[in-house]
Amino acid sequence: MKVVVLKGGRSLERNISLKSGARVEDALERLGHEVHGIDVGHDLVARLRDIAPEAAFVALHGRDGEDGTVQELLEIVGIPYTGSRVGACMRCADKILSKHAFRAAGVPTPDFFGFSEAAFKELGAAEALGAIEQRLGFPIVVKPADQGSALGIKFARSAADVPAALVAAFSYSDRVLLERHVHGRDLAVSVLDGQALPVVEAVPREEDFYDFEARYEIGRTEFVCPAEIGDELSAQAQEIALAANATLGATGFSRVDLMLDSETRELSVLEVNAIPGLTETSLLPQAADADGIGFDDLVARILSTAT
Amino acid sequence: MTIDEPGRGSRSDLERYAGLFAARTRVMKSSAMRDLMAITERPEVISLAGGLPDTSTFPAESLAALLSHTAAQASAKALQYAPTEGMAAVKDCIEQVMAAEGVIVDPQDILVTTGGQQVIDLVCKTLIDPGDVIVAEAPTYPGAVPAFTAYQADVRQVAMDSEGMRIDELEATLDALEAEGKRPKFIYTIPNFQNPAGVTMALPRRKRLVEVANERQLLVLEDNPYGLLRYEGEPLPTLLELDRGRFVIYLGTFSKILSPGIRLGWAVAPAPVLEKMNMGKQGADLCSASLSQLFVTTYFAERRWGDYLAELRDLYARRRDVMLDALAEHFPREAEWTHPEGGLFIWATLPDYIDTTDLLARALEDRNVAFVPGRAAYVDGRGASSMRLNFSGVSDDDIREGVKRIGQVIREQVELYGTLTGKAPPPAAAEPEPRREPLADVVELPKRPRRRRSG
Repeated sequence: MKVVVLKGGRSLERNISLKSGARVEDALERLGHEVHGIDVGHDLVARLRDIAPEAAFVALHGRDGEDGTVQELLEIVGIPYTGSRVGACMRCADKILSKHAFRAAGVPTPDFFGFSEAAFKELGAAEALGAIEQRLGFPIVVKPADQGSALGIKFARSAADVPAALVAAFSYSDRVLLERHVHGRDLAVSVLDGQALPVVEAVPREEDFYDFEARYEIGRTEFVCPAEIGDELSAQAQEIALAANATLGATGFSRVDLMLDSETRELSVLEVNAIPGLTETSLLPQAADADGIGFDDLVARILSTAT
Repeated sequence: MTIDEPGRGSRSDLERYAGLFAARTRVMKSSAMRDLMAITERPEVISLAGGLPDTSTFPAESLAALLSHTAAQASAKALQYAPTEGMAAVKDCIEQVMAAEGVIVDPQDILVTTGGQQVIDLVCKTLIDPGDVIVAEAPTYPGAVPAFTAYQADVRQVAMDSEGMRIDELEATLDALEAEGKRPKFIYTIPNFQNPAGVTMALPRRKRLVEVANERQLLVLEDNPYGLLRYEGEPLPTLLELDRGRFVIYLGTFSKILSPGIRLGWAVAPAPVLEKMNMGKQGADLCSASLSQLFVTTYFAERRWGDYLAELRDLYARRRDVMLDALAEHFPREAEWTHPEGGLFIWATLPDYIDTTDLLARALEDRNVAFVPGRAAYVDGRGASSMRLNFSGVSDDDIREGVKRIGQVIREQVELYGTLTGKAPPPAAAEPEPRREPLADVVELPKRPRRRRSG
C-alpha cells in the first residue's frame, strides 16, 4: 500500500512528532508498504495530490496536526487517514471543551474553570479570580487550553502565584484552564480501536514532582506497566478511559491521562490525546507491548483503522 | 525475544536501554526547552538565539585559495594524524594570538584542542569526580552546563554585577563549602564580555580572584573566547598573566576570530594539569583535525589575521549599537539590559512575573522571533525572567525587527499582568533612557523572595 506519514509541522511538539514519524515510517517499511514521509508545511496539499497515497498515517502532535486542521485537509483531498475524525480531534485538543463534555457525561474530572484572554482584558474576569481560587483550593494547576506538551503548565501554590501562572499559560493559548490539583498518581490508559490497553503509571524518580518538563523524559521518570494499582482500580481506570474516549468521539487510537487521588482513591480524567506519542519513550507503545502487541503490529493495526 | 528482529518493537524499548544508561545520563539536561529551541530554526524566524560569529564576512575566494594552497603544499600531512598536543606550526599561531592578548606563552604549555568546548570537557575529565564542586558565574555559559552535569559535578553559581563575578560572594561560597567539608576543584569564569551576561570582570577583582585561587590552592578555568573582540574601553590583563600560570587554566579559541567550523581551540595550563588533559584528549579524539591546523597555519602565514579581526570588530561594534538602540526604543521600561564592551551578547532581564521560556513560545508562535531563555544559563532554575540576545550573527535590519517583535510580546505580557493584578502598568517612558547604570540590578537576579502579593 502507498502510505504517507505526516510528521513534524510547526507545532511546539515538532521534535517529538519527527521522532514518532520516523519510527512509524520504519515500521511501515518493514510491513512492506511504500512509505513517503512528509514534514508538514506549506506544500502539504500539493504533495498529497502529487503522491496520491492510499492512506495517510498522521503522526503529528499539537497544533494543526492533532486539532483537526490537517484532518480537515485530508477529508477535502479525499485521503483515508488514521486516528480520530475532525470533530473528535477538535474536542480532544481543547481541554476546556473536553472537560465540559466529561462533566455533562458524568465522566469524573477535576473541578475547573476556563477563561479566554479576552475575558480578562475586556470583561474584567480578574475580579472573579478570588472566587475561583476559593472554589478550587490551592494548589491550582494552570494550563493553556490547547497545548499538548508540558510547556506552559504551572502550579499556583497560593493566590500570589496565579497572575504569573496565567501570563505563562496565555503565552501558548488564548484560553486557559484553571484546574484543582489532584495529589496522587499519574496514570495513562491507551485505547486501540475501541479496546483499552493495560494501565501505565509514570513515576518521577526524583523529587521533581512539580517539574512537568521532566515527567516524560527517559531516565527521569520510571514507567510501570501494567501499573501496580490492583485489578479493580485497573479495570475501573480502563472503563473510565473508554467512557472519556466515547464522550469525545475519539476513534482509532488515543491515550487518556488520569489521576488517582492518593487520599480518596478516586480516579479522574485530565485529558484525551487524539494522537499520542509513538516514540521509544511514549506510553502507548509501552502499553501495547505489555498487551503483547509489538510496535509493528501496533502500527499495522492503527493503519487498518484508517478511513 | 526474537533473533531475526533485534532491537525492534519487542519487549519495551525504553526499559531495555534505560537499564544500560550510565547514572550520569540522568542528570544530563534535556527538556521541553530544547524542543522549543528546535523550532527556532524555521527559515521565517529571526533568531537572536544563536551564538554565532558572522562567517559570511570571510571571503570565499580566500578560503578557496587557502585550502588549495594547503592541499598543494601539504596534502599527505593534512590527511594524516597530528600529534595530540597539536602541530608546532599551529602553536606558533596561538602564541601570536596570546601575544595580542598580552601574554607570552611557551609552546610547551599549549594543548591544541577541538574547539574551546573540548577544553571545558577535558578540564572536567581531569579534575571532576562525581559530586565534586565547580564554582561558576550566575548566569554562566549555557554550553558549559551539559559538560559540567555530564561529569556529575555539583555546580554552585556566584552572582555577578557590572564588574563581573562578585569575589566577596565567591569567598563566602568557598567558606560555606569548606564548612560543608567540600573543596571545589575549579572556578569557571569568562572574564571578558561574559556569555551570556555581557559584563567584564574589573581589574581589582581579577587580581583578587587570582589571589584567592593561590591562597586556597584552587584552579581557575579562564574561558576567553572574545577577548580580542573589544569595541570600547581598555583591554584588561588576563587571569593567566596576573597569575603567571600557577593556578589558571586558560581556554582560547579560533572560533570567534576566524571560524567555529574549523573546530580549533587551545588550553594553556600548568604542566602537570596539561599532561593529564593530554591523556584525556588521547581518549577523546587522539588529535584535532590536521586539515584545520594546516589551514590555520597557512592563514596566519599571510599575516592578515589582524586585519580580518579589525573588520569583525567594526562590524560587531556597529551591530551591538544597533541592538542597544533598538532595545531602548522597543523594550518597555520594566526591562533592563547590559551594555557589553565587547563580545557577542546582551543580557536582558524582565519583571519576575515573566517567564522567558513561555515568552519564547509566544514570540515564536505569534511573531517568528527567537532568543535564549535565561534559565539555560543556570543550573538551579533561576534566570527565568532573563534572556540572552545575540547581535554578532544577525543583520542590522533583523536586529531592529527582532528586538521590536520581542518588545511587542513583552508589552503584551506586561499589560496582561497589569490587568490580572488590577495594576495597570505605568505609561511607557517617552524618552529612551541610556542604560549604563543599573547593571548590578540586571545581572544579579533577585534571589526570589518569591512573589509579592498585590493587595
